[in-house]
Amino acid sequence: MSKAPERSAGPRYTLDRITAVPALVGDASDFLVIAGLAGTAKDMAAMTKDGANYYGLAGAMGAAVSMGLGLALARPDKKVLVATGDGELLMNIGALATASVLNPPNLRILCVDNGHYGETGYQKSHTCLGVDLEQMAIGAGIKSTCSIEKEVDLAKGAKMLRESNGTCFVLLRVKPTDGPKFKRALDPAAKRVQFRLGTLGEV
Amino acid sequence: MAELKTEDEHAREISTGWQNQLYDALRRNGVTQFSYVPDAGHRVCIDRSIEDKDVHSVALTTEEEGVALACGAHLGGAKSVLLMQSSGLGNCVNFMSMVKNGRFPFLTVLSMRGDFGEGNPWQMGMGQAARKVCEALDFIVLEVTRPEDVVPTIDAASNMVWKSGQAVAVLLSQRLIGAKSF
Repeated sequence: MSKAPERSAGPRYTLDRITAVPALVGDASDFLVIAGLAGTAKDMAAMTKDGANYYGLAGAMGAAVSMGLGLALARPDKKVLVATGDGELLMNIGALATASVLNPPNLRILCVDNGHYGETGYQKSHTCLGVDLEQMAIGAGIKSTCSIEKEVDLAKGAKMLRESNGTCFVLLRVKPTDGPKFKRALDPAAKRVQFRLGTLGEV
Repeated sequence: MAELKTEDEHAREISTGWQNQLYDALRRNGVTQFSYVPDAGHRVCIDRSIEDKDVHSVALTTEEEGVALACGAHLGGAKSVLLMQSSGLGNCVNFMSMVKNGRFPFLTVLSMRGDFGEGNPWQMGMGQAARKVCEALDFIVLEVTRPEDVVPTIDAASNMVWKSGQAVAVLLSQRLIGAKSF
């Protein structure tokens, strides 16, 4: 029997998310984190140990950027990191326009683009068929953007996530492979209480 | 034959007294994030939020963004209200699962179309479904038909949302707003 060809999103998608996402984000406890569903939810749950500074979606696809915007406006004293995937972002791409107009200086958007819908069986997404999400972020008016597809560029993206003084958008291209194995809490109400208790000191 | 009026021209003919009171009531109840897709029925509220230096006025590209915005605001300790037309409710439905199972406090104020005296058939479907959709999502529905009920209803809704943790939809009836003539 011949072996099935290895899944690929193209030559630009070579980094492994398991090492590239932590290299970009660094110490996740420096951020309040909103994660889109599936891959990035696991990436960030593993990095925060599903902690109080992390709220990851497992539904409401397309909500991550807007949720991060509401949080960033409410907490100007904290850096807010939205980590989401290409499929989740495509579902509500207009949210980039809304965030850009408000331009909160503490909002950082990281899109981990693997060119696929991983959770539903790795069907191809628009991004490996020619759609460039950094260009869409630029078109939305976001001033600080970059695309990372080589290890040597990770430091540039990490610096932008740390130091940008306006809303920024970092596109990280990775190969279409699974993220860390991490079993996170899926009760959205329990996570809401944990987040507010841990970051606000009240329910 | 009646002269055709734009939605905005129609809204401007309506007394804006209660609309100003609506904005003041939301502010008095601590709302600091106003999100909306431009809408004639909410014009005064939207304009006042743009002029108010103490709030974030968030123009959305689609109403569902406002649902997620409100949940994020709550995680950060702020109060957010989503101002939308009844047609916008249809754009929000899947995001309401986050409100429901996350038990997020959530307030939306709907300016009704497809309701009392509507003359645009395109508005009828969602307008007539709005209350049923809200109820299917376990929202508490408070309808306002008279100007004098606007402020007490916003006060009541605010208590139910931010003190009792409920999701409440305040429906501003076309009996209150008036139906645009076509």
